[in-house]
Amino acid sequence: MNEENTSTKLRRVSSNPHTRSAVTTSNIMFWVTVALLPAAGYGVYHFGINALIILLLSVASTVISEFVYEKAMKKPVTVGDLSAVVTGLLLGMNLPSTVMWYVPVLGGIFAIIVVKMLFGGLGQNFMNPALAARCFLLISFPAAMTDFHTDAVSQATPLTALKNGESVNVLNMVLGNIPGTIGETSMVAIVIGACILILLGIIDLRIPGSMIVSFVAFVVIVRLAGGHSINPAYISAQLAGGGLMLGAFFMATDYVTSPITGKGKYIFGIFIGIMTGIFRMFGNAPEGVSYAIVLGNLLVPLIEKWTLPRAFGIPAPVKKKAEKENGRS
Amino acid sequence: MANRTFFGGIHPYDGKELSKDKPIKTIMPGSELVYPVSQHIGAPAKPVVQKGDRVLVGTKIAEAGGFVSAPIYSTVSGTVKGIEKRRVVTGNMVDSIIIENDGTYEEIEWVKPAPPEELTTEEKINLIREAGVVGMGGAGFPTAVKLSPKEPDKIDYVIANCSECEPYLTSDYRRMLENPELLIDGLRIVVSLFPHARGILAVEDNKSDAAKILREKLGNDPKIQVKVLQTKYPEGAERMLIYACTGRQINSSMLPADAGCVVNNVDTLCAVSNAVREGKPLMERIVTITGDAIKNPQNYRVRIGMNYRDLIEDAGGFVTEPAKIISGGPMMGFAIFDLDVPTTKTASAITCLTKDAVAEYEPSACISCAKCVDVCPEKLIPKNLADAAENGQEERFVAEYGMECCECGCCSYICPARRQLTQLIKGMRRIQLAKRRK
Repeated sequence: MNEENTSTKLRRVSSNPHTRSAVTTSNIMFWVTVALLPAAGYGVYHFGINALIILLLSVASTVISEFVYEKAMKKPVTVGDLSAVVTGLLLGMNLPSTVMWYVPVLGGIFAIIVVKMLFGGLGQNFMNPALAARCFLLISFPAAMTDFHTDAVSQATPLTALKNGESVNVLNMVLGNIPGTIGETSMVAIVIGACILILLGIIDLRIPGSMIVSFVAFVVIVRLAGGHSINPAYISAQLAGGGLMLGAFFMATDYVTSPITGKGKYIFGIFIGIMTGIFRMFGNAPEGVSYAIVLGNLLVPLIEKWTLPRAFGIPAPVKKKAEKENGRS
Repeated sequence: MANRTFFGGIHPYDGKELSKDKPIKTIMPGSELVYPVSQHIGAPAKPVVQKGDRVLVGTKIAEAGGFVSAPIYSTVSGTVKGIEKRRVVTGNMVDSIIIENDGTYEEIEWVKPAPPEELTTEEKINLIREAGVVGMGGAGFPTAVKLSPKEPDKIDYVIANCSECEPYLTSDYRRMLENPELLIDGLRIVVSLFPHARGILAVEDNKSDAAKILREKLGNDPKIQVKVLQTKYPEGAERMLIYACTGRQINSSMLPADAGCVVNNVDTLCAVSNAVREGKPLMERIVTITGDAIKNPQNYRVRIGMNYRDLIEDAGGFVTEPAKIISGGPMMGFAIFDLDVPTTKTASAITCLTKDAVAEYEPSACISCAKCVDVCPEKLIPKNLADAAENGQEERFVAEYGMECCECGCCSYICPARRQLTQLIKGMRRIQLAKRRK
């Protein structure tokens, strides 16, 4: 038997390496979906069955749009990579639970067809599709998109209250017992999801960390400059309110639309943090995370160009340092 | 000074448990031995025997073809059957000396040199050159050339590369456990070639038992120390190893000597000891036969020139039909389509895998996850380089340091889109290197 099977058969060859890690695009997307579920689930619990319908419509819209587009264009169908599911879920989580059914459907079509497919499909879009669709919907349906009423009682979001100088219940904000979009209200649920992604090595803290730290620093400076004292409750409310957490951990970290260089990730995070601060402190609307991230997305090619690292062992162009190194060896 | 490790890197499944506890077994060759004239970097060796000549164990059958080259010795006694083209692990057909083994293993009369302490540096290097010693870790650079830098007094460290970071390989590990004296003697000889050098035995921390044995055997040697490094691939890549041991960085256009270092593999140092102390040429090496397709994974002491099929058959053959056979380990080895290839000076292992991870997936669209950037030990942007290679952007490839790539394979390993990053970069590097030679 051995003689036989070691004898004549020609075998498959390829250039090294011959082994691959277990992680693939579709299982990354699967885990991102799983990590979004605590926040989405809390949204359904908090806002009711309507929230679930919005989420499902949104996911169905993105997945079907991708499938139909690829079929129509006679391209290989890639819905199996689950990236459309992530886009759909994120989009749904960024909508109020009270919008009409056509809002998530239109948003999903816009996200996939206009933002993703027309630019070449997965990996080629220069903006986060879910966020770009949200911005599109905010402009198209400004009233519906910012109407956060529950039980037919119109309520102001905590960020609006903060902007008007009213006090807010920080504990409720952290838990998520506040008005807002479906997936953004519960800081706890979002952080649980983020921890899953961090533990799996799918995201790291470079972007969300620098974004949150620079946002807090910016808010503190503006508050101090404006003659206010630093109030921990105010800062916590700013952190827990609006889409900051969801944006920092799930949207700013979107692989395709964030820089790939190490330094670039910090610059990108800091830029978004400061822009969010500017929008929130000086803008007309109480919230600005979406716009900040989308603006950051646009800067990615430039950031990557600036932060191209010097390869290992290539001496710094500064003369002094090169001399020092020569002297040592 | 000590970093214990380098930037980036990966932790692939290492498969070493298959063969790490198997003592080295000596295996005798079959009837025919094949000696390709190119088993090293540099000019091919020139055959000095003819068809019909009788050779003994230790007869020189090919002499160095230039300064950067190495002679080749017969490892059996018998008759030269001819010189013809034979296939080697890279798939190329290479001129090879074929020897018919008479099975008596009659040896030449060895001329034992004076003890190393009485030899001059030049005499020691000549013994190493004559013995045909080359880097046995895989590159096959002639050791005598490596040991003759322009300014020998500027060498501060001689590093014994005992990290064996390549998955599945256990040949160096077994050498450390079973022949620590030989290894240490080889290192001492190399250290003695340089007036200011100290020796470092660099071992990864998954082989701490080997590090312990080396420490015991070293005793109180003020010139040599054992350094335990973090287990991570590619810890044993020359540039990464130098950085981990000394904190010094070299790039692709520098030699280790530019950072005051000389790096040698475990088996190479054992061959150095044999060459200088016994006057014996490089005739054997340790080869790991392993992988989940092999019935009895094993470490062998193999005479150079032996057929791969004989080794696999001695290891019990295949349990199941392997999907892929690799000469070397899965990260840096060569996939072979045919078992009829000879063991050369640089053959560290044969890894037979039942699963071909490469064929399992088609490459898909890059999602810019930056994992390749995070694992690249050379701090490159593999995604950009692969894009440049794919689109034929040669200037961009060079400007973004494409030539610094050490082809370790970390980027291809980690890529979730299964892009052939290393392969694309490697292809473009070959084009650029060919242009430079013109």
